[in-house]
Amino acid sequence: MTKLVEVENLNVRFTGERTVHAINGVSFSLGEGEVLGLLGESGSGKSVTLRALMRLLPKKRTVINGSIRVAGRDVLALDDDELSMFRGATVSMIFQEPALALDPVYTIGQQISEAVIRHEGKSQREATARALEMLEVVRIPSAKRRLDAYPHEMSGGMRQRAMIALALACKPKILLADEPTTALDATVQIQILLLLRELQREFGMSVIFVTHDIGVAIEICDRVAVMYAGQIVETGTLRQIVRSPLHPYPRGLLASTTHGAKRGQRLETIPGTPPSLDKAPTGCSFAPRCALAEARCTEALPPAIDVGDGRMARCVLAERIQPASV
Amino acid sequence: MTVITESVLQAAPVTKTRGYWGTVGRRILRDKVSLICACVLIAIFLSALFAPWLGLADPYQGSMIRRLRPIGTPNYPLGSDELGRDMLARLIYGGRLSLIIGILPVVFAFMIGTVLGIVAGYVGGKLNTAIMRTVDVFFAFPSVLLAIAISGALGAGIVNSIVSLTIVFVPQITRVAESVTTGVRNMDFVDAARASGAGALTIMRVHILGNVLGPIFVYSTGLISVSMILAAGLSFLGLGTKPPEPEWGLMLNTLRTAIYVNPWVAALPGVMIFAVSICFNLLSDGLRSAMDIRE
Amino acid sequence: MSEATLPKAMLERIEDFGGAAQPLLKVVGLTKHFPVRGGLLSKARTVRAVDNVSFEIAKGETVGIVGESGCGKSTTARLLMHLMTRDAGEILYDGMQVGRALSLRELRRGMQMVFQDSYASLNPRLTIEESIAFGPKVHGMDDAPARKLARELLDKVGLRPETFANRYPHEISGGQRQRVNIARALALSPRLVILDEAVSALDKSVEAQVLNLLADLKSEFGLTYLFISHDLNVVRYISDRVLVMYLGEVVELGPVDQVWDAPAHPYTRALLAAMPAADPDNRTETPPITGDPPNPIDPPPGCRFHTRCASAEPMCSAASPTLTDLDGAGHQAACYMAIPGSGHSRASAAEKAA
Repeated sequence: MTKLVEVENLNVRFTGERTVHAINGVSFSLGEGEVLGLLGESGSGKSVTLRALMRLLPKKRTVINGSIRVAGRDVLALDDDELSMFRGATVSMIFQEPALALDPVYTIGQQISEAVIRHEGKSQREATARALEMLEVVRIPSAKRRLDAYPHEMSGGMRQRAMIALALACKPKILLADEPTTALDATVQIQILLLLRELQREFGMSVIFVTHDIGVAIEICDRVAVMYAGQIVETGTLRQIVRSPLHPYPRGLLASTTHGAKRGQRLETIPGTPPSLDKAPTGCSFAPRCALAEARCTEALPPAIDVGDGRMARCVLAERIQPASV
Repeated sequence: MTVITESVLQAAPVTKTRGYWGTVGRRILRDKVSLICACVLIAIFLSALFAPWLGLADPYQGSMIRRLRPIGTPNYPLGSDELGRDMLARLIYGGRLSLIIGILPVVFAFMIGTVLGIVAGYVGGKLNTAIMRTVDVFFAFPSVLLAIAISGALGAGIVNSIVSLTIVFVPQITRVAESVTTGVRNMDFVDAARASGAGALTIMRVHILGNVLGPIFVYSTGLISVSMILAAGLSFLGLGTKPPEPEWGLMLNTLRTAIYVNPWVAALPGVMIFAVSICFNLLSDGLRSAMDIRE
Repeated sequence: MSEATLPKAMLERIEDFGGAAQPLLKVVGLTKHFPVRGGLLSKARTVRAVDNVSFEIAKGETVGIVGESGCGKSTTARLLMHLMTRDAGEILYDGMQVGRALSLRELRRGMQMVFQDSYASLNPRLTIEESIAFGPKVHGMDDAPARKLARELLDKVGLRPETFANRYPHEISGGQRQRVNIARALALSPRLVILDEAVSALDKSVEAQVLNLLADLKSEFGLTYLFISHDLNVVRYISDRVLVMYLGEVVELGPVDQVWDAPAHPYTRALLAAMPAADPDNRTETPPITGDPPNPIDPPPGCRFHTRCASAEPMCSAASPTLTDLDGAGHQAACYMAIPGSGHSRASAAEKAA
């Protein structure tokens, strides 16, 4: 499988009043037609990773190290013109709040056709036709009428569909989704997830899907990378992560879910809170909250152990698992 | 973009505890422009305050033969005015009146406007309509015109010009206070306070005041420069201070005839007005960004 | 037990009057309509945020309210707290009518609320200790004992007073802030605590910690909870009974296991089916309902769900069904399909299923 995205030892540091080591040595890859989930809690660096891929982080206050290759190009080396062609045509992004991501003063149709004209140099008529086609693709009812609707005239679910239409208008190879269903109601969330799943198959694109919700990840991802304190602590297929997590953090996370928990019974919890990120980690970031921590966990950064099958865990416990036996 | 960096910051437990104002103070100390402005203002304040003890010449003592001396004349470091009075002494003594009529109206308007604005914003409804519509009436007039009209009606004099400038600023501060209060009033913590049974006065005192004072204060600081210029304008028109009192606006007025003879000396009171107002403006800008701590 | 552990300066607890059989809170016909100003030529419209909602909360019970945005669950909470005036309806606290037998001030001692946004619900200019001590001081406690009480409550919610008492809200994490909000609510020693999406903004691992804390506090202080949430898993875990709301109306209510295992209203069924799967091999394949929840401005006549309901019949848009007992054990639903002999073609079948 060709790798569409290859991130190698990515480090992102926010400078300013306080230094925040947001991403610390993240490496992952994304194959063609694959849906990778970045799963983590707030502050785990999942959104920052996604934004780094598109170079959306504020230039002045961010220091990025490492390498990001998307579709064979070095993203960190792109100049401004290349970057604006790269965004939208190769990679495009959908956000949690479509109300903020869509321009309130243009109609949905104008926004989509503008993107098509800019990236593909189509005529206004062709672009409008594409806009209509895209609204139909995302199953917006009475699409023709909706072309002339402004974002504020649509409900939350419709706006999210419109944003997906805008993101997919130029047939990008990769779609980056930053918690696109978090702000939606449950009955709408499932519709959007199913739509994304369907479109991903139809367009054959690759998706990186950022979420904090394991249930959402289960609905859409093929592979999952679990993030904690700016690092990927475990990568594996969805089934591996959900059925038999290796790292204690995803284990704790799965155990603490309220799904299927008996009333009156105490929930399993992970004690403590995530570490502050004002220093780069020198040991395992999870060790202070980990029941299985050993002395060596805090002494040195645990290596990323490849346990075979493309599965990785950044934990000393994974050493016991023989590669290839899984 | 800020959203994500914030959530990253949020996860970080802070080790040191510092109050809000402590943080603001630390941030403003790091801002060089604000620091310089504050130093300039303090220097002008102190020299005005301690003017009699600085060994200056008598600011009222004129001399018919030493009129309009250029800057740098022996015994007249900043020259002399059209009546041969020492400019340095007059500028420093002039600071006393100028600063008083520049700052006092804003202080009074700050107190009145804050109370009116908080009450209008918190209570809302008909009272809000009554207060804010009255305020709107004052907004119909340009502030310069309004100040001149009120001053003219009350008659010339320092007290009257302070009163008229206060009346000019109250509506502006009220409007700012009202809008900030309305924002804070809808926050959950105000509802939580109401839910714990606190009365309106207690809530305004404990929960509203602390959260709205900052923005109103910043806005008011910015008004000081306007007030100085308006006060100078009133004096210039003969509605404020009367000669021979040293006051920057009045000095500018009386020296304007000398603009062709000795432009540098004639410009000095203007320079003072400019320096003080720009310092207050920059300081209020600095304060605004220092107080803009996003959590 | 709770009396013994609290300091002497603790506020007197609101006495129990009606005994165990008397519901702690009884709500009858609660209604709130917001006028929406129309344009110059269009006529004024109303948002029927809460429409004729009635329910009871027994002493020591946890009642959940679920529903999507715009269903009126948060408005209900604010109406119960008297933070908003209601258009109609009665709220009886332990059998006492507020304003008659029970003053508003007393009610606020007996009923407290925790908000969703942990940050917005704490005054950023007050230290945590000051925020918690504020309520007791309002009710006449001196500063020193109020602060002492605040520190003890901090300890109760799992925050070390010496580290946290003098901090400001922005200096602590979201989970810690929500613990502070819970401590603040408990400072007036209420018997009923309304938790309005209190754990929704928290990360999953923190959410579990706070849910455990809520369970501990409930047994320690003998609390009664009204738990409002959109997360069905959490509601099932924490609640004894549940209300399902749709566009300002209660469409189904009953013991949580009955409602979850045998939902009688099609909306409840759709909500349950819309939960993301927990099993990678058993993903959701078709969306249970299509479309967005409609705007609560001028809701459709009749059953408000009929515009999205697959089994809607003409009678559903003609008149709205009332909440009807299904099994005598408190499970009620407002759907013609669940009401035997209602005339809906699936009425009898639905009855058998229930």
